[in-house]
Amino acid sequence: MTAAREQILSGIRSSLKRGRLDPGREAELRARVTAHGRNLIPARASALDHRARIDLFVAMAEEVQATVAPVNSFAAVPETVACYLAEENLPAELVLAPDPSLDDIPWDARPLLRIRRGRAETGDAVSLTPCFAAIAETGTVMLISAADTPTTLNFLPDTHIVVVRQNQVVATYEDGWDRLRVACAGHRLPRAINFITGPSRTGDIEQRIELGAHGPRRLHVILVDDREEKGEHEGQ
Amino acid sequence: MLATSRTFEANARAGLANDNLQRALALMRSGFPERRRLAVERLPEFEALREIGKSIKDHTLEHLDFYLELFEENALASGGRVHWARTPDEARAAVLEICRSVDARIVTKGKSMIAEEVGLNEFLEKNGITPVETDLGEYIIQLRHEPPSHLIAPAIHLMKEQVADTFRAEHRTLDPGRSLAEARQLCDEARAVLRPQFLAADVGITGANFLVAETGSSIIVTNEGNGDLTQTLPRVHIVMTSLEKLVPTFEDAATMLRLLARSATGQEFSAYTTVSTGPRRPGDLDGPEQYHVVLLDNGRSRLLGGEFQDMLRCIRCSACMNHCPVYAAVGGHAYGWVYSGPMGAVLTPSLLGVAEAGHLPNASTFCGRCEEVCPVKIPLPKMMRHWREREFTEKLNPPVYRAGLFLWAWVARRPAFYHALVELAGRALGWLGRGRGRFRMLPLASGWTAVRDMPAPEGRSFHSLWAERQKGGAGK
Repeated sequence: MTAAREQILSGIRSSLKRGRLDPGREAELRARVTAHGRNLIPARASALDHRARIDLFVAMAEEVQATVAPVNSFAAVPETVACYLAEENLPAELVLAPDPSLDDIPWDARPLLRIRRGRAETGDAVSLTPCFAAIAETGTVMLISAADTPTTLNFLPDTHIVVVRQNQVVATYEDGWDRLRVACAGHRLPRAINFITGPSRTGDIEQRIELGAHGPRRLHVILVDDREEKGEHEGQ
Repeated sequence: MLATSRTFEANARAGLANDNLQRALALMRSGFPERRRLAVERLPEFEALREIGKSIKDHTLEHLDFYLELFEENALASGGRVHWARTPDEARAAVLEICRSVDARIVTKGKSMIAEEVGLNEFLEKNGITPVETDLGEYIIQLRHEPPSHLIAPAIHLMKEQVADTFRAEHRTLDPGRSLAEARQLCDEARAVLRPQFLAADVGITGANFLVAETGSSIIVTNEGNGDLTQTLPRVHIVMTSLEKLVPTFEDAATMLRLLARSATGQEFSAYTTVSTGPRRPGDLDGPEQYHVVLLDNGRSRLLGGEFQDMLRCIRCSACMNHCPVYAAVGGHAYGWVYSGPMGAVLTPSLLGVAEAGHLPNASTFCGRCEEVCPVKIPLPKMMRHWREREFTEKLNPPVYRAGLFLWAWVARRPAFYHALVELAGRALGWLGRGRGRFRMLPLASGWTAVRDMPAPEGRSFHSLWAERQKGGAGK
């Protein structure tokens, strides 16, 4: 393998008609990477205030067949989940990401909801997870893997419910990534970062779009207004 | 996989005579291009993003050695392993070694063109390992023992009735009386059949749409979620990829991602874009214990610095084939190997040699649509011309064709003689065809007149009319 590595690298250099880059040039390239400057950001997503960003996120998510339920507080989540499951004729059973950020949800309010915390297993019909950020540009939720947020929850169950706090809604992929860089400062990135835009789909048979190819058939977003003084904080 | 690019002409004729294929291609013509157009219209910055996408890729290719080393450094730091493979043989051997190290019996696969390029499935089967394709289109063609006919929709050449027949023949334990009339039912059946395979697999193999040097990560873009199940559930995740998939930073990847889905399916963003970095972390409840990246060269490093370097910008979106009149007429299988359409017409001779694949760059009308829609502005027609030149200088064309070209070159280099000849031929043909106004047959041009009539020239050549107009001072 080392022979292959050396030969590929020297092959690249000889095709480019040069040797190894000199240390000065390498330092410049490293600086480019460290600066990770942004390229052009579409105007659609830039310069939006808080309300417009939320509206864009909801509109784009609904366009790709995600459903969005806005609620005023974490206290309203159990009720909303129970109603959604009933409307969709789904069992009142949830597998929940064992994440402390979901501890604010008073599940006791709905004692009939059966809840398990952990990774998804075969047969789990509905999962509920937090997200790391939500991206208005394309109605995308950004989830990261961690001990408290196993990735299987995002893909194995037929229905995936994501709790998004309004303050998690950012404009662009780059904004989400910047938040991640801050959150991971000094650590490694999470193993998996999932940008999820609507439920699973395929167009592989006669280009007809069918939902629920292998991943979830439904993606339901519960959008929690978690701002301290609602209607006043703009921006952020 | 055995290439049949040498028999492009026969393949193309077979494609033209295949009714199911023609129905399927008609659906494609009305689908992808229109959806792309609408997506591009919604993003005013699309043209500017194309230019930036091109320059990101150019920059990376100019410093590919540096970025590959940086990628490796960061992939290792996050607990991954990188396997460099000069040839398909080395890539297959690396995959087999990993599979054997965990006694793998079932390997699930997300869509990977590199796996197709190295013929991985056949090789694994020979070695007692069962590969299971999980992308719906790839799964269908695996059951049918066919190569993909399209970059992102590998079963685009089939109608749903054919898929239903295949499922009935292969899923023998299911009720033979079940209905498979609708695409919905076919999708549900594939989902139900493949779910246990996802759970049983020991190793999951995916491709990569991008590699990020900054973080040592691989990125896959899918709509079905099969790639994510493939890489999350088994103990081992192998990424099969090639050198040119690199971009320096996540910000660069974000720009490429804005171009990719819109160019491919006309979506704003695909359903799943997943960034993978290393194996599962301590405390994680799921995810693979091992993360391997197999980096294939297979002649790509030789394309750098030469007339085909631009081809390495390709992000495999399929816009070129979706807009190609030749692809839309004959389908992807006519191209005889893994890559089809205009990008295949340039890449296949690069990888298999122009002696094998010389027909492909000739199978173009040079309408230029492929270059117009390419998200990274690859000059595909120009590169097809390069291959034609290469074919000629290597004396690979038939003698009659070469003699014709020599004659043409001799005449074309003598403008006075050329114009006189054109004037003469025009008058002669005009006189000969004066009755009907067109020719059903012409000597030496039977291939051309077999499918259409040649209109008889009327009056004088454009050149002589123009010369006269210039002389008279009427034109500008």
